[in-house]
Amino acid sequence: MTEPVIAVRGLTKSFGSLDVLKGIDLDLMPGEVLGLIGPSGSGKSTLIRCLNMMETPSGGRFTFKGQEVTTRFRGKGARIGTGELRRDVGMVFQHFNLFPHLTVIDNITKGPRIVRGQSRAEAEALAMDLLAQVGLADKANAYPSHLSGGQKQRVAIARALAMKPDVLLLDEVTSALDPELVGEVLAVIRRLAEGGMTMVLVTHEMGFAADIASRVIFMEQGRIAEEGSPDEILRNPRSERLRSFLSRFHG
Amino acid sequence: MYSWDFYTVMQSFDLFLIGIWTTFLYTIGSIALGVVIGLAACFARLSRFAALRVLARSYQELFRCTPLLVQILWAYYALPMLLGVSISNTTAGVLTLSLYVGSFYAEIFRGGINAIDKGQREAAAAVGMSGVQSMTHIILPQAVKKMLPAFINQSVIQVKNTSLLYAISVAELTYMTSVVNSETYRPLEAYSLAALMYFVMLFPLTQIADHFERRMRRSD
Repeated sequence: MTEPVIAVRGLTKSFGSLDVLKGIDLDLMPGEVLGLIGPSGSGKSTLIRCLNMMETPSGGRFTFKGQEVTTRFRGKGARIGTGELRRDVGMVFQHFNLFPHLTVIDNITKGPRIVRGQSRAEAEALAMDLLAQVGLADKANAYPSHLSGGQKQRVAIARALAMKPDVLLLDEVTSALDPELVGEVLAVIRRLAEGGMTMVLVTHEMGFAADIASRVIFMEQGRIAEEGSPDEILRNPRSERLRSFLSRFHG
Repeated sequence: MYSWDFYTVMQSFDLFLIGIWTTFLYTIGSIALGVVIGLAACFARLSRFAALRVLARSYQELFRCTPLLVQILWAYYALPMLLGVSISNTTAGVLTLSLYVGSFYAEIFRGGINAIDKGQREAAAAVGMSGVQSMTHIILPQAVKKMLPAFINQSVIQVKNTSLLYAISVAELTYMTSVVNSETYRPLEAYSLAALMYFVMLFPLTQIADHFERRMRRSD
């Protein structure tokens, strides 16, 4: 049996008295593309942010490739820290969060050079490769402020990939984009999925999720309400709640 | 009609030069020390340890909410009584000027760091950077640009504040001007010249601050 890349058991997260996640059990298998859907406030964004410890869980167990993860930056004993976890679990944000004072290529090479200790030449060769993959090789020396939203997000994806992560977390990566720019970003993600990249994506693009996800989780009020194949969840929803949620995205 | 006589005053030009040089040394010294103190206070205030935050905050408020002149007089005349050791006017002067400007620098540094979107810190953390790595490679380079105009303005004020050391007989420009005045009995010429010298030193600095501010607004 293959081991899950990330496994969480009984994961909870509270902000003050507000319980956002109320006990999540989740196994993310290698090569899987997991879609997280649900109404706003359902906890899907908090959950994806817990998967690289960007949000510190309030309770529950968290393992990465079988190793327990602490909430500290540095690991202790057999347990790995958030620093090590995040090297291998990349994240792409809704608002790109590119570093505005760095050129596109420096945005991409900063992490590998500082965190992985790669040489400039090595990191830049990989960065150029990734830029070619996302169709932006000609923008290597541009600053983020000169890019469109879609281009920024493709750079952000390249930046995450430069760390050669085992998992890529995509948190509503097309939500801040003009509609005509969504396609170019989805195309990049689709190619990653075809290449076997393990991904978790929080998305409102139901059609896209149906297309590339191998599994879809519908979240509601901090719990996993339904999960299954895209066919089961998106085309044949069982619960009334999921049906009414999905109806808002059709027609 | 008053008859101007700059010639007599210019006879004492070497005294002005001593004053300018001393003002320059006190400014550079207290700014350098102030930056170190300001950085320490800034990071103490951003620290997760409450005791450090309170300590830094108390220091800042103490020096921001009392007049610099009172601080200088207190350090020179009162502190020695408390400690039982004499303190030279140089020590008292550098110490108070540095602590005073440091309390303002700390606020400028903190404001610059806090002005950086938290998404930047998250993006740095997301590739596995530590807090220190993210601060030095991502946050500070951006924050410094934002701090620069306020930092230069505070430093301009600092040059002028050295004139308060007149009160404890430090041979800076204002004090030396008073020496020229007592030798020549030409206050109008002497103090006009002193004002002009301060202006010539500071005007370029305010222009530089404006330049950075304009450039910053453009890049936003």
